[in-house]
Amino acid sequence: MNRPLLRWRQSGSAGRLLAGLAGLVLMFGIWQAAAEIGWLPDRLLPRPSSLPVAWIGEIEGGYWQAAVLDSLSHYTIGLLIGSLLGAALGICAGTLGWLDAGLGGIVRLLRPIPGLAWVPFAILWFGLGSAGAVFVIAISVFWINFYAAHAAVQAVDRDLLEVADAFGHGHFWGRVVKILLPASAPGLLAGFRTGLGQAWMSVVAAELFGVPGIGARMMQASSLLATDLVLIYMLTMALLYAMTDTVFVLIRRRVLAWQN
Amino acid sequence: MAELTALPAPVVTLKNVSLSHGRGGQGTPVLTGITLSLRRGEFVAVLGPSGAGKSTLLRIVMGLLKPGTGTVELSGTNGKGRRIAALVFQDAKLLPWRRVLGNVTFGLEGLGLSLAEREARARAALALVGLAEHAERWPRELSGGQRQRVGVARALTVDPDLLLMDEPFGALDAITRSDLQEELLRIWQQTGKTVLFVTHDIDEALLLADRVIVLGGKPATIRSDLVVGPRPRDRGDPRMAQLVLRLRALIAGDRAPPPDGWIASDI
Repeated sequence: MNRPLLRWRQSGSAGRLLAGLAGLVLMFGIWQAAAEIGWLPDRLLPRPSSLPVAWIGEIEGGYWQAAVLDSLSHYTIGLLIGSLLGAALGICAGTLGWLDAGLGGIVRLLRPIPGLAWVPFAILWFGLGSAGAVFVIAISVFWINFYAAHAAVQAVDRDLLEVADAFGHGHFWGRVVKILLPASAPGLLAGFRTGLGQAWMSVVAAELFGVPGIGARMMQASSLLATDLVLIYMLTMALLYAMTDTVFVLIRRRVLAWQN
Repeated sequence: MAELTALPAPVVTLKNVSLSHGRGGQGTPVLTGITLSLRRGEFVAVLGPSGAGKSTLLRIVMGLLKPGTGTVELSGTNGKGRRIAALVFQDAKLLPWRRVLGNVTFGLEGLGLSLAEREARARAALALVGLAEHAERWPRELSGGQRQRVGVARALTVDPDLLLMDEPFGALDAITRSDLQEELLRIWQQTGKTVLFVTHDIDEALLLADRVIVLGGKPATIRSDLVVGPRPRDRGDPRMAQLVLRLRALIAGDRAPPPDGWIASDI
Protein backbone atom coordinates (compact mmCIF):
# COMPACT_ATOMS: atom_id res chain seq x y z
CA MET A 1 0.00 0.00 0.00
CA ASN A 2 2.63 2.54 1.01
CA ARG A 3 5.16 2.96 -1.74
CA PRO A 4 8.64 3.50 -0.31
CA LEU A 5 10.36 6.75 -1.25
CA LEU A 6 13.47 4.94 -2.39
CA ARG A 7 12.67 1.77 -4.26
CA TRP A 8 14.10 -1.21 -2.42
CA ARG A 9 12.40 -4.52 -2.91
CA GLN A 10 8.70 -5.29 -2.88
CA SER A 11 8.02 -7.93 -0.28
CA GLY A 12 4.83 -9.48 1.03
CA SER A 13 3.55 -9.11 4.58
CA ALA A 14 5.28 -12.36 5.61
CA GLY A 15 8.53 -10.98 4.25
CA ARG A 16 8.07 -7.74 6.16
CA LEU A 17 7.38 -9.63 9.36
CA LEU A 18 10.53 -11.72 8.93
CA ALA A 19 12.62 -8.64 8.16
CA GLY A 20 11.25 -6.93 11.27
CA LEU A 21 12.11 -9.92 13.44
CA ALA A 22 15.57 -10.11 11.89
CA GLY A 23 16.13 -6.44 12.74
CA LEU A 24 15.18 -7.08 16.36
CA VAL A 25 17.44 -10.12 16.64
CA LEU A 26 20.28 -8.09 15.12
CA MET A 27 19.76 -5.25 17.59
CA PHE A 28 19.82 -7.57 20.62
CA GLY A 29 22.77 -9.43 19.11
CA ILE A 30 24.90 -6.29 18.70
CA TRP A 31 23.88 -5.13 22.16
CA GLN A 32 24.90 -8.48 23.68
CA ALA A 33 28.14 -8.58 21.68
CA ALA A 34 29.08 -5.06 22.78
CA ALA A 35 28.63 -6.15 26.40
CA GLU A 36 30.69 -9.34 25.88
CA ILE A 37 33.58 -7.42 24.29
CA GLY A 38 33.50 -4.94 27.15
CA TRP A 39 32.49 -1.84 25.19
CA LEU A 40 29.23 -1.57 27.08
CA PRO A 41 29.59 -1.86 30.88
CA ASP A 42 26.59 -3.41 32.65
CA ARG A 43 26.27 -0.40 34.95
CA LEU A 44 25.45 1.73 31.92
CA LEU A 45 23.20 -0.78 30.17
CA PRO A 46 22.47 -4.32 31.41
CA ARG A 47 23.12 -6.98 28.78
CA PRO A 48 20.10 -8.73 27.22
CA SER A 49 21.07 -12.13 28.59
CA SER A 50 20.66 -10.80 32.12
CA LEU A 51 17.06 -9.80 31.55
CA PRO A 52 15.16 -13.15 31.62
CA VAL A 53 16.42 -13.95 35.13
CA ALA A 54 15.38 -10.54 36.41
CA TRP A 55 12.04 -10.86 34.58
CA ILE A 56 11.30 -14.26 36.14
CA GLY A 57 12.17 -12.81 39.52
CA GLU A 58 9.66 -9.99 39.05
CA ILE A 59 6.97 -12.45 38.02
CA GLU A 60 7.66 -14.82 40.90
CA GLY A 61 7.42 -11.90 43.33
CA GLY A 62 4.05 -11.01 41.79
CA TYR A 63 5.21 -7.43 41.13
CA TRP A 64 5.06 -7.72 37.36
CA GLN A 65 1.49 -9.04 37.15
CA ALA A 66 0.23 -6.45 39.64
CA ALA A 67 1.95 -3.59 37.80
CA VAL A 68 0.65 -4.73 34.40
CA LEU A 69 -2.92 -5.13 35.68
CA ASP A 70 -2.90 -1.72 37.38
CA SER A 71 -1.47 0.00 34.32
CA LEU A 72 -3.82 -1.78 31.95
CA SER A 73 -6.81 -0.58 33.91
CA HIS A 74 -5.51 3.04 33.98
CA TYR A 75 -4.69 2.77 30.31
CA THR A 76 -8.01 1.33 29.19
CA ILE A 77 -10.23 3.64 31.21
CA GLY A 78 -8.18 6.76 30.45
CA LEU A 79 -7.94 5.91 26.77
CA LEU A 80 -11.68 5.29 26.42
CA ILE A 81 -12.74 8.40 28.36
CA GLY A 82 -10.25 10.69 26.61
CA SER A 83 -10.95 9.30 23.15
CA LEU A 84 -14.74 9.35 23.45
CA LEU A 85 -14.87 12.86 24.89
CA GLY A 86 -12.27 14.16 22.41
CA ALA A 87 -14.01 12.60 19.42
CA ALA A 88 -17.44 13.78 20.60
CA LEU A 89 -16.29 17.37 21.05
CA GLY A 90 -14.35 17.21 17.76
CA ILE A 91 -17.44 16.01 15.91
CA CYS A 92 -19.58 18.76 17.45
CA ALA A 93 -16.99 21.46 16.71
CA GLY A 94 -16.53 20.18 13.16
CA THR A 95 -20.28 20.22 12.59
CA LEU A 96 -21.43 23.36 14.41
CA GLY A 97 -19.77 26.54 13.16
CA TRP A 98 -20.62 28.61 16.24
CA LEU A 99 -19.14 26.01 18.59
CA ASP A 100 -16.00 25.79 16.44
CA ALA A 101 -15.57 29.57 16.58
CA GLY A 102 -16.26 29.68 20.29
CA LEU A 103 -13.79 26.91 21.07
CA GLY A 104 -11.04 28.40 18.90
CA GLY A 105 -9.32 30.34 21.68
CA ILE A 106 -9.74 27.66 24.33
CA VAL A 107 -8.30 25.01 22.02
CA ARG A 108 -5.23 27.13 21.25
CA LEU A 109 -4.67 27.77 24.95
CA LEU A 110 -5.00 24.18 26.18
CA ARG A 111 -3.72 22.19 23.22
CA PRO A 112 0.07 22.64 23.78
CA ILE A 113 -0.03 21.67 27.47
CA PRO A 114 1.39 18.14 27.86
CA GLY A 115 -0.40 15.59 30.01
CA LEU A 116 2.52 15.57 32.46
CA ALA A 117 1.90 19.23 33.32
CA TRP A 118 -1.51 18.28 34.67
CA VAL A 119 -0.05 15.90 37.28
CA PRO A 120 -0.10 18.40 40.18
CA PHE A 121 -3.73 19.16 39.47
CA ALA A 122 -4.54 15.50 39.03
CA ILE A 123 -3.18 14.94 42.56
CA LEU A 124 -5.12 17.93 43.90
CA TRP A 125 -8.40 17.03 42.24
CA PHE A 126 -8.34 13.26 42.35
CA GLY A 127 -5.79 12.42 45.04
CA LEU A 128 -2.96 9.92 44.76
CA GLY A 129 -5.05 7.21 43.18
CA SER A 130 -6.17 5.59 39.98
CA ALA A 131 -8.55 8.43 39.12
CA GLY A 132 -5.64 10.86 38.89
CA ALA A 133 -3.70 8.54 36.58
CA VAL A 134 -6.78 8.00 34.42
CA PHE A 135 -7.23 11.77 34.19
CA VAL A 136 -3.66 12.36 32.96
CA ILE A 137 -3.96 9.60 30.34
CA ALA A 138 -7.36 10.84 29.20
CA ILE A 139 -6.06 14.39 28.74
CA SER A 140 -3.12 13.15 26.70
CA VAL A 141 -5.36 11.41 24.13
CA PHE A 142 -8.18 13.94 24.25
CA TRP A 143 -6.67 16.45 21.82
CA ILE A 144 -5.44 13.84 19.37
CA ASN A 145 -8.98 12.54 19.03
CA PHE A 146 -10.45 16.03 19.02
CA TYR A 147 -8.39 17.10 16.02
CA ALA A 148 -8.82 13.81 14.18
CA ALA A 149 -12.61 13.94 14.60
CA HIS A 150 -12.75 17.61 13.68
CA ALA A 151 -10.87 17.03 10.44
CA ALA A 152 -12.77 13.83 9.63
CA VAL A 153 -16.16 15.46 10.02
CA GLN A 154 -15.18 18.47 7.96
CA ALA A 155 -14.02 16.20 5.14
CA VAL A 156 -17.38 14.41 4.87
CA ASP A 157 -18.86 14.71 1.37
CA ARG A 158 -21.67 17.28 1.76
CA ASP A 159 -23.56 15.63 -1.10
CA LEU A 160 -24.09 12.59 1.11
CA LEU A 161 -25.92 14.79 3.58
CA GLU A 162 -28.25 15.71 0.74
CA VAL A 163 -28.83 12.00 0.13
CA ALA A 164 -29.85 11.72 3.78
CA ASP A 165 -32.20 14.70 3.36
CA ALA A 166 -33.75 13.21 0.24
CA PHE A 167 -34.46 9.85 1.87
CA GLY A 168 -36.02 11.04 5.10
CA HIS A 169 -32.91 11.12 7.31
CA GLY A 170 -32.40 14.88 7.18
CA HIS A 171 -33.07 15.46 10.88
CA PHE A 172 -30.10 15.96 13.23
CA TRP A 173 -29.76 12.36 14.46
CA GLY A 174 -30.34 10.89 11.02
CA ARG A 175 -27.53 12.96 9.61
CA VAL A 176 -25.19 12.15 12.50
CA VAL A 177 -25.87 8.42 12.79
CA LYS A 178 -26.46 7.53 9.13
CA ILE A 179 -23.94 9.82 7.43
CA LEU A 180 -21.48 11.74 9.63
CA LEU A 181 -20.33 8.89 11.88
CA PRO A 182 -19.85 6.20 9.23
CA ALA A 183 -18.37 8.65 6.74
CA SER A 184 -15.84 9.95 9.25
CA ALA A 185 -15.08 6.52 10.75
CA PRO A 186 -11.70 6.19 8.95
CA GLY A 187 -10.50 9.51 10.38
CA LEU A 188 -11.92 8.78 13.83
CA LEU A 189 -10.19 5.42 13.96
CA ALA A 190 -6.90 6.92 12.76
CA GLY A 191 -7.06 9.38 15.66
CA PHE A 192 -7.92 6.60 18.09
CA ARG A 193 -4.93 4.59 16.89
CA THR A 194 -2.53 7.49 17.44
CA GLY A 195 -3.98 7.81 20.94
CA LEU A 196 -3.42 4.10 21.49
CA GLY A 197 0.34 4.70 21.41
CA GLN A 198 0.23 8.08 23.11
CA ALA A 199 -1.70 6.63 26.04
CA TRP A 200 1.05 4.07 26.81
CA MET A 201 3.58 6.90 26.90
CA SER A 202 1.33 8.77 29.30
CA VAL A 203 0.97 5.76 31.59
CA VAL A 204 4.50 6.36 32.85
CA ALA A 205 3.85 10.06 33.43
CA ALA A 206 0.52 9.31 35.10
CA GLU A 207 2.06 6.84 37.53
CA LEU A 208 5.21 8.87 38.26
CA PHE A 209 3.71 10.39 41.34
CA GLY A 210 3.20 7.07 43.04
CA VAL A 211 0.00 5.53 41.68
CA PRO A 212 0.82 1.79 41.48
CA GLY A 213 1.52 0.44 37.99
CA ILE A 214 4.32 -0.02 35.48
CA GLY A 215 5.40 3.63 35.72
CA ALA A 216 5.60 3.55 39.50
CA ARG A 217 7.52 0.27 39.45
CA MET A 218 9.97 1.79 36.94
CA MET A 219 10.50 4.78 39.23
CA GLN A 220 11.16 2.52 42.22
CA ALA A 221 13.62 0.45 40.19
CA SER A 222 15.45 3.47 38.85
CA SER A 223 15.82 5.03 42.30
CA LEU A 224 17.56 1.76 43.33
CA LEU A 225 19.61 1.81 40.06
CA ALA A 226 18.01 -1.55 39.17
CA THR A 227 18.38 -0.75 35.49
CA ASP A 228 17.57 -4.32 34.46
CA LEU A 229 14.10 -3.91 35.98
CA VAL A 230 13.66 -0.58 34.20
CA LEU A 231 14.50 -2.32 30.93
CA ILE A 232 12.06 -5.16 31.68
CA TYR A 233 9.21 -2.71 32.15
CA MET A 234 10.21 -0.79 29.04
CA LEU A 235 10.00 -4.03 27.08
CA THR A 236 6.73 -4.93 28.80
CA MET A 237 5.22 -1.66 27.69
CA ALA A 238 6.43 -2.17 24.15
CA LEU A 239 4.85 -5.62 24.10
CA LEU A 240 1.57 -4.34 25.51
CA TYR A 241 1.50 -1.59 22.89
CA ALA A 242 2.22 -4.07 20.11
CA MET A 243 -0.64 -6.24 21.36
CA THR A 244 -3.19 -3.45 21.65
CA ASP A 245 -2.22 -2.05 18.27
CA THR A 246 -2.47 -5.46 16.60
CA VAL A 247 -5.90 -6.09 18.10
CA PHE A 248 -6.98 -2.63 17.00
CA VAL A 249 -5.79 -3.15 13.43
CA LEU A 250 -7.80 -6.38 13.25
CA ILE A 251 -10.92 -4.63 14.50
CA ARG A 252 -10.39 -1.71 12.12
CA ARG A 253 -10.05 -4.06 9.18
CA ARG A 254 -13.51 -5.40 9.94
CA VAL A 255 -15.10 -2.02 10.60
CA LEU A 256 -13.62 -0.44 7.47
CA ALA A 257 -14.08 -3.46 5.21
CA TRP A 258 -15.85 -1.14 2.76
CA GLN A 259 -12.64 0.75 2.08
CA ASN A 260 -10.16 -1.76 0.67
CA MET B 1 -61.58 21.29 -21.67
CA ALA B 2 -63.76 18.19 -21.63
CA GLU B 3 -60.78 16.20 -22.85
CA LEU B 4 -58.47 17.63 -20.18
CA THR B 5 -60.73 16.55 -17.31
CA ALA B 6 -60.48 12.97 -18.54
CA LEU B 7 -56.71 13.00 -18.06
CA PRO B 8 -55.21 11.55 -14.85
CA ALA B 9 -54.88 13.87 -11.88
CA PRO B 10 -51.65 15.81 -11.44
CA VAL B 11 -49.04 14.30 -9.11
CA VAL B 12 -47.20 17.55 -8.69
CA THR B 13 -48.21 21.15 -9.38
CA LEU B 14 -45.88 24.12 -9.27
CA LYS B 15 -47.45 27.58 -9.32
CA ASN B 16 -45.38 30.66 -10.07
CA VAL B 17 -42.29 29.29 -8.35
CA SER B 18 -39.26 31.55 -8.03
CA LEU B 19 -35.99 31.15 -6.21
CA SER B 20 -32.99 33.35 -5.55
CA HIS B 21 -29.68 32.21 -4.16
CA GLY B 22 -28.03 34.03 -1.31
CA ARG B 23 -29.19 35.14 2.10
CA GLY B 24 -32.95 35.26 2.54
CA GLY B 25 -33.45 34.92 -1.21
CA GLN B 26 -32.08 38.42 -1.77
CA GLY B 27 -29.25 37.32 -4.07
CA THR B 28 -29.10 36.32 -7.72
CA PRO B 29 -32.47 35.14 -9.03
CA VAL B 30 -32.15 31.60 -10.42
CA LEU B 31 -35.68 30.62 -11.35
CA THR B 32 -38.70 32.77 -11.88
CA GLY B 33 -42.39 32.24 -12.68
CA ILE B 34 -42.22 28.47 -13.03
CA THR B 35 -45.71 27.01 -13.43
CA LEU B 36 -45.88 23.34 -14.22
CA SER B 37 -47.82 20.20 -13.48
CA LEU B 38 -47.14 16.53 -14.05
CA ARG B 39 -49.94 14.02 -14.53
CA ARG B 40 -49.79 10.55 -13.06
CA GLY B 41 -47.69 8.24 -15.20
CA GLU B 42 -46.20 11.02 -17.27
CA PHE B 43 -42.52 11.10 -18.23
CA VAL B 44 -41.35 14.71 -18.40
CA ALA B 45 -37.85 15.83 -19.29
CA VAL B 46 -36.45 19.18 -18.19
CA LEU B 47 -33.94 20.33 -20.77
CA GLY B 48 -31.58 23.26 -20.60
CA PRO B 49 -27.96 24.33 -20.68
CA SER B 50 -25.67 23.83 -17.68
CA GLY B 51 -26.39 26.29 -14.91
CA ALA B 52 -29.94 26.92 -16.12
CA GLY B 53 -31.43 25.94 -12.78
CA LYS B 54 -32.64 22.47 -13.78
CA SER B 55 -31.23 20.77 -10.70
CA THR B 56 -32.50 23.61 -8.54
CA LEU B 57 -35.99 23.04 -9.89
CA LEU B 58 -35.73 19.35 -9.09
CA ARG B 59 -34.62 20.12 -5.53
CA ILE B 60 -37.56 22.45 -5.06
CA VAL B 61 -39.96 19.70 -6.16
CA MET B 62 -38.16 17.25 -3.83
CA GLY B 63 -38.55 19.68 -0.94
CA LEU B 64 -34.79 20.04 -0.43
CA LEU B 65 -35.01 23.73 -1.31
CA LYS B 66 -37.78 26.11 -0.35
CA PRO B 67 -39.03 28.30 -3.19
CA GLY B 68 -38.74 32.05 -2.58
CA THR B 69 -42.26 32.57 -3.91
CA GLY B 70 -44.97 30.32 -5.31
CA THR B 71 -46.23 26.93 -4.21
CA VAL B 72 -45.36 23.30 -4.76
CA GLU B 73 -48.17 20.80 -4.27
CA LEU B 74 -47.55 17.10 -4.24
CA SER B 75 -50.55 14.81 -4.18
CA GLY B 76 -49.89 11.77 -2.08
CA THR B 77 -48.35 11.15 1.30
CA ASN B 78 -45.40 9.52 2.95
CA GLY B 79 -46.75 6.39 4.52
CA LYS B 80 -45.79 2.95 5.65
CA GLY B 81 -43.00 1.89 3.32
CA ARG B 82 -43.51 4.69 0.85
CA ARG B 83 -42.42 8.22 0.12
CA ILE B 84 -44.08 10.79 -2.14
CA ALA B 85 -40.94 11.53 -4.07
CA ALA B 86 -37.52 9.95 -4.51
CA LEU B 87 -34.41 11.36 -6.13
CA VAL B 88 -31.78 9.71 -8.33
CA PHE B 89 -28.57 11.71 -8.08
CA GLN B 90 -26.12 12.66 -10.77
CA ASP B 91 -23.21 10.44 -9.69
CA ALA B 92 -25.42 7.87 -7.94
CA LYS B 93 -24.14 9.13 -4.56
CA LEU B 94 -24.12 5.73 -2.94
CA LEU B 95 -22.94 5.45 0.64
CA PRO B 96 -19.55 3.71 0.32
CA TRP B 97 -19.77 2.10 3.78
CA ARG B 98 -22.98 0.26 2.96
CA ARG B 99 -23.22 -2.78 0.73
CA VAL B 100 -25.47 -2.55 -2.33
CA LEU B 101 -28.40 -3.98 -0.36
CA GLY B 102 -27.83 -1.53 2.50
CA ASN B 103 -27.76 1.36 0.06
CA VAL B 104 -31.12 0.34 -1.33
CA THR B 105 -32.72 -0.13 2.10
CA PHE B 106 -31.44 3.33 3.13
CA GLY B 107 -34.61 5.11 2.02
CA LEU B 108 -36.87 2.49 3.64
CA GLU B 109 -35.44 2.96 7.13
CA GLY B 110 -37.79 4.83 9.42
CA LEU B 111 -40.88 3.98 7.37
CA GLY B 112 -42.28 1.40 9.78
CA LEU B 113 -41.07 -1.73 7.98
CA SER B 114 -39.32 -4.65 9.64
CA LEU B 115 -35.77 -5.51 8.63
CA ALA B 116 -37.01 -8.54 6.68
CA GLU B 117 -39.60 -6.45 4.83
CA ARG B 118 -37.00 -3.80 3.98
CA GLU B 119 -34.60 -6.38 2.62
CA ALA B 120 -37.29 -8.11 0.60
CA ARG B 121 -38.34 -4.78 -0.92
CA ALA B 122 -34.73 -3.84 -1.66
CA ARG B 123 -34.02 -7.19 -3.31
CA ALA B 124 -37.10 -6.80 -5.48
CA ALA B 125 -35.91 -3.33 -6.57
CA LEU B 126 -32.43 -4.69 -7.30
CA ALA B 127 -33.98 -7.44 -9.41
CA LEU B 128 -35.92 -4.79 -11.31
CA VAL B 129 -32.67 -3.03 -12.28
CA GLY B 130 -30.91 -6.33 -13.02
CA LEU B 131 -28.55 -6.35 -10.05
CA ALA B 132 -30.12 -9.10 -7.93
CA GLU B 133 -26.86 -11.02 -7.62
CA HIS B 134 -24.82 -7.95 -6.61
CA ALA B 135 -26.70 -7.27 -3.35
CA GLU B 136 -23.75 -8.14 -1.10
CA ARG B 137 -21.13 -6.12 -2.98
CA TRP B 138 -19.55 -2.85 -1.95
CA PRO B 139 -20.21 0.21 -4.12
CA ARG B 140 -16.48 0.47 -4.97
CA GLU B 141 -16.72 -2.94 -6.65
CA LEU B 142 -19.34 -1.74 -9.14
CA SER B 143 -18.98 -0.02 -12.51
CA GLY B 144 -20.40 3.45 -13.02
CA GLY B 145 -23.46 2.05 -14.77
CA GLN B 146 -24.08 -0.50 -12.03
CA ARG B 147 -23.77 2.19 -9.38
CA GLN B 148 -26.39 4.27 -11.11
CA ARG B 149 -28.66 1.21 -11.33
CA VAL B 150 -28.35 0.94 -7.55
CA GLY B 151 -29.25 4.63 -7.35
CA VAL B 152 -32.38 3.91 -9.37
CA ALA B 153 -33.23 0.90 -7.21
CA ARG B 154 -32.78 2.99 -4.04
CA ALA B 155 -35.31 5.48 -5.38
CA LEU B 156 -37.78 2.88 -6.69
CA THR B 157 -37.81 0.81 -3.51
CA VAL B 158 -39.69 3.53 -1.60
CA ASP B 159 -42.49 3.20 -4.18
CA PRO B 160 -42.59 6.95 -4.88
CA ASP B 161 -45.45 8.74 -6.58
CA LEU B 162 -42.84 10.85 -8.27
CA LEU B 163 -39.41 9.73 -9.46
CA LEU B 164 -37.00 12.64 -9.81
CA MET B 165 -33.84 12.10 -11.80
CA ASP B 166 -30.98 14.62 -11.90
CA GLU B 167 -28.91 13.99 -15.06
CA PRO B 168 -28.58 10.40 -13.90
CA PHE B 169 -26.77 9.12 -16.98
CA GLY B 170 -24.70 12.23 -17.71
CA ALA B 171 -21.42 10.82 -16.41
CA LEU B 172 -21.68 7.44 -18.16
CA ASP B 173 -20.09 6.30 -21.42
CA ALA B 174 -22.34 6.30 -24.50
CA ILE B 175 -23.01 2.56 -24.58
CA THR B 176 -23.82 2.27 -20.89
CA ARG B 177 -25.98 5.37 -21.13
CA SER B 178 -27.95 3.90 -24.01
CA ASP B 179 -28.45 0.63 -22.09
CA LEU B 180 -29.68 2.46 -19.03
CA GLN B 181 -32.05 4.63 -21.07
CA GLU B 182 -33.66 1.47 -22.47
CA GLU B 183 -33.81 -0.01 -18.97
CA LEU B 184 -35.41 3.11 -17.60
CA LEU B 185 -38.10 3.06 -20.28
CA ARG B 186 -38.82 -0.58 -19.52
CA ILE B 187 -39.01 0.12 -15.77
CA TRP B 188 -41.21 3.17 -16.38
CA GLN B 189 -43.61 1.17 -18.51
CA GLN B 190 -43.58 -1.67 -15.97
CA THR B 191 -44.17 0.49 -12.88
CA GLY B 192 -46.19 3.39 -14.31
CA LYS B 193 -44.22 5.90 -12.24
CA THR B 194 -44.41 9.63 -12.87
CA VAL B 195 -40.92 10.76 -13.83
CA LEU B 196 -39.30 14.19 -13.86
CA PHE B 197 -35.99 13.78 -15.64
CA VAL B 198 -33.38 16.54 -15.84
CA THR B 199 -30.90 16.42 -18.70
CA HIS B 200 -28.86 18.66 -21.00
CA ASP B 201 -28.91 16.03 -23.74
CA ILE B 202 -31.57 16.75 -26.38
CA ASP B 203 -31.46 13.21 -27.83
CA GLU B 204 -31.93 11.73 -24.39
CA ALA B 205 -34.93 13.96 -23.67
CA LEU B 206 -36.55 13.07 -26.99
CA LEU B 207 -35.90 9.36 -26.58
CA LEU B 208 -37.38 9.15 -23.09
CA ALA B 209 -40.00 11.79 -22.46
CA ASP B 210 -43.67 12.37 -23.22
CA ARG B 211 -43.08 16.07 -22.73
CA VAL B 212 -39.97 18.19 -22.92
CA ILE B 213 -39.75 21.37 -20.87
CA VAL B 214 -37.04 23.77 -21.95
CA LEU B 215 -35.55 25.98 -19.23
CA GLY B 216 -33.47 28.98 -20.18
CA GLY B 217 -32.54 32.55 -19.46
CA LYS B 218 -31.21 34.32 -16.39
CA PRO B 219 -33.21 33.93 -14.25
CA ALA B 220 -34.52 30.77 -15.88
CA THR B 221 -38.08 30.56 -17.11
CA ILE B 222 -39.94 27.84 -18.98
CA ARG B 223 -39.16 28.63 -22.62
CA SER B 224 -41.24 25.87 -24.02
CA ASP B 225 -43.32 22.87 -22.96
CA LEU B 226 -43.55 20.45 -25.88
CA VAL B 227 -45.40 17.18 -26.23
CA VAL B 228 -43.30 14.65 -28.14
CA GLY B 229 -44.95 12.23 -30.59
CA PRO B 230 -45.74 8.53 -30.26
CA ARG B 231 -43.37 5.77 -29.17
CA PRO B 232 -41.17 3.97 -29.92
CA ARG B 233 -38.95 6.84 -30.92
CA ASP B 234 -36.78 6.47 -33.98
CA ARG B 235 -33.60 8.50 -34.12
CA GLY B 236 -33.64 8.27 -37.94
CA ASP B 237 -37.11 9.86 -38.24
CA PRO B 238 -36.78 13.19 -40.10
CA ARG B 239 -39.40 14.72 -37.79
CA MET B 240 -37.12 13.82 -34.89
CA ALA B 241 -34.24 15.66 -36.59
CA GLN B 242 -36.53 18.66 -37.08
CA LEU B 243 -37.47 18.55 -33.41
CA VAL B 244 -33.81 18.42 -32.40
CA LEU B 245 -33.15 21.58 -34.42
CA ARG B 246 -36.18 23.22 -32.88
CA LEU B 247 -35.09 22.38 -29.34
CA ARG B 248 -31.54 23.49 -30.07
CA ALA B 249 -32.88 26.86 -31.18
CA LEU B 250 -35.06 27.08 -28.06
CA ILE B 251 -32.10 26.35 -25.79
CA ALA B 252 -30.09 28.95 -27.65
CA GLY B 253 -32.85 31.43 -26.89
CA ASP B 254 -34.83 31.58 -30.14
CA ARG B 255 -38.49 32.13 -29.38
CA ALA B 256 -39.86 31.37 -32.83
CA PRO B 257 -43.12 29.34 -32.84
CA PRO B 258 -42.73 25.57 -33.28
CA PRO B 259 -43.26 24.07 -36.73
CA ASP B 260 -46.68 22.54 -37.38
CA GLY B 261 -47.41 18.86 -37.46
CA TRP B 262 -45.71 16.31 -35.32
CA ILE B 263 -45.21 18.47 -32.23
CA ALA B 264 -48.69 18.72 -30.79
CA SER B 265 -48.45 22.17 -29.26
CA ASP B 266 -47.07 24.33 -26.51
CA ILE B 267 -49.19 23.48 -23.48
